[in-house]
Amino acid sequence: MIQAMRETARPARAEAMVPAAYTVVDHRRETHDTVTLTLLPGRGTALPRFRPGQFTMLSAEGIGEIPVSISGDPDDQHDGRLVQTIREVGAVSAALCRSEAGSEIGVRGPYGHGWRLASALDGDLLVVAGGIGLAPLRPLIRSALGRREHFGDVTLLAGARSYADLLYPLQLDAWARRRDTAVTVTLDRPDPGWTGRVGLITGPLAETAIVPERTTAYLCGPEIMIKVCADALAARGVPPERIQVSLERNMKCGVGWCGHCQLGPHLLCRSGPVCRWDAVADLLDIEEL
Amino acid sequence: MLFDHPLPEVIDRAGLDQLVKLLQADGYTVVGPTERDGALVLDELAGGADLPDGIGVETGAGHYRLRERADGAVFNHSAGPQSWKQFVHPPRQRVDAPEPVRRLAFIGVRPCDLAALAILDGVLGAAPYPDDRYLARRDQIFVVAVNCVEPGNTCFCASTGTGPAAEWGYDLVLTEQEGEGGHRFLLGTGSVAGEEILDRLTHRTATGGEIREARRAVDDAAGSMGRSMPETDLRGLLNRARGSEHWEQVANRCLACANCTMVCPTCFCTTVEDATDLEGDNAERWQRWDSCFDPDFSYIHGGAVRKSVGSRYRQWMSHKLSTWHDQFGTSGCVGCGRCIAWCPAGIDITAEAAALAEKERTR
Repeated sequence: MIQAMRETARPARAEAMVPAAYTVVDHRRETHDTVTLTLLPGRGTALPRFRPGQFTMLSAEGIGEIPVSISGDPDDQHDGRLVQTIREVGAVSAALCRSEAGSEIGVRGPYGHGWRLASALDGDLLVVAGGIGLAPLRPLIRSALGRREHFGDVTLLAGARSYADLLYPLQLDAWARRRDTAVTVTLDRPDPGWTGRVGLITGPLAETAIVPERTTAYLCGPEIMIKVCADALAARGVPPERIQVSLERNMKCGVGWCGHCQLGPHLLCRSGPVCRWDAVADLLDIEEL
Repeated sequence: MLFDHPLPEVIDRAGLDQLVKLLQADGYTVVGPTERDGALVLDELAGGADLPDGIGVETGAGHYRLRERADGAVFNHSAGPQSWKQFVHPPRQRVDAPEPVRRLAFIGVRPCDLAALAILDGVLGAAPYPDDRYLARRDQIFVVAVNCVEPGNTCFCASTGTGPAAEWGYDLVLTEQEGEGGHRFLLGTGSVAGEEILDRLTHRTATGGEIREARRAVDDAAGSMGRSMPETDLRGLLNRARGSEHWEQVANRCLACANCTMVCPTCFCTTVEDATDLEGDNAERWQRWDSCFDPDFSYIHGGAVRKSVGSRYRQWMSHKLSTWHDQFGTSGCVGCGRCIAWCPAGIDITAEAAALAEKERTR
């Protein structure tokens, strides 16, 4: 199918629904249900550069297409490489997670509004990640650490259900060893021998000292975690327009045609996935919106 | 536009047949209303004789019946179960293979449906990601509009500002007249292509009396619609009604059957499915119409966001009347009344809007 699509793509303007063929060059198992793929475009099929927080639509041939956030380093996009972290939750994600090096998958994108970092220059960054939510935040963290002198305090709080569920443990260790970065990892269910924090991420969040007027917060994780943490930060005086949250809805096309990813006035594939808290706080208060 | 035209022209019933022939000779597949299975459907016409002479319709909430008219009027019937959406945004299309584009001529497009085509242009044809397939189809379409002079019981385009007069977006526009002087159609042009067809049609110039009569008929139509949207800021009303208990009351009647979204001329939502042959060697990717009433529509890992029927009706109605403005700069409702006629439970969007407005007033 990907082959057929390539033949029919018009040279003048590629059709938005036609995936580009990418080859898996690295397959890394992160946890029992999560895999990171490194993808390289075929000749002439490279997509535009991505920005932290954006997503792509990944196709498993004959099975379907799903939105997946980009987890790679935005400063390392040579040869058009894409790094994406996929959690196995359905038929398409399972097939993508099985894609070994050398196999071909379809990619469309990158799509959506990502994390706004420019507005945080010279201020403090507070990154709060729950579970797989760390994946779309990793490009932001790398981008910030690559320009470390432009920011004040950089704090990362990451939560996971158990150590086995913790994403990028070595990366977290490396960041934690930096003197200019504060990292706290908390586990809901600690393994024997775990000496770190235990419990929900709201615990370390409440204990993190912040200067509200200089803080920009970046949140991604389960919707309930985002809501509780954003409300807590707003209550402590962080301006809602400087709390950025990445939201999940059923992004089916990525280009605003299919109508599936609506959240009130938003088509989240266009105005999201990263939204300012002042634009969505009221909407998340309403059940089943 | 018709009435601003310096000299509206007139064709008779045979002129309509001639118009179909001319368009066919120019390579158009001519599509228009025709009687089938107890309804006026939109389909390819072999000739002008396939048009529904003397057939009217009777509509109501959950009600649609054909009726014999006392006159031979061709276009005096309100919207049927289909809309022109099916030709510009097909119910099923393969997205991973090229598709030949047919030149279509639409005959009998009402002002509500003209407005719907303009809305679809804004949704599917606009930046940043225009749907090339939609644009390619749309590009090839010749539009013969009809001014509406006999609105039905479920019509409310006068209150949505989308009728009963066709303002723009057509190549030719007709106003049908019966009675003294015979069965005839005042004809105005809206494009160079329309003028070229007019030049080849047997026609005469309209009289002052005919023009005055056409104007009066369209003016009267505005005042004789069976329904109307409440005169209030619907966009704000629906925004404020998100937490209303009214949605649960609608859910007690709504079957979540998705009929309203299928017949709506602006509902554009789609899903995409992959299909493989039994060997798994060949795969195809198909896009098809989807509906926000389907529980899977809002599915994300862990389950559907909109589990209750009330939340799905709220999504549909709020999108149509309120958040459509946020997303596309217009309302998504053109007042055609199809969702009212084809709702098996007879749920009426104008009545639900009025109920929400009333609840807000009396709170």
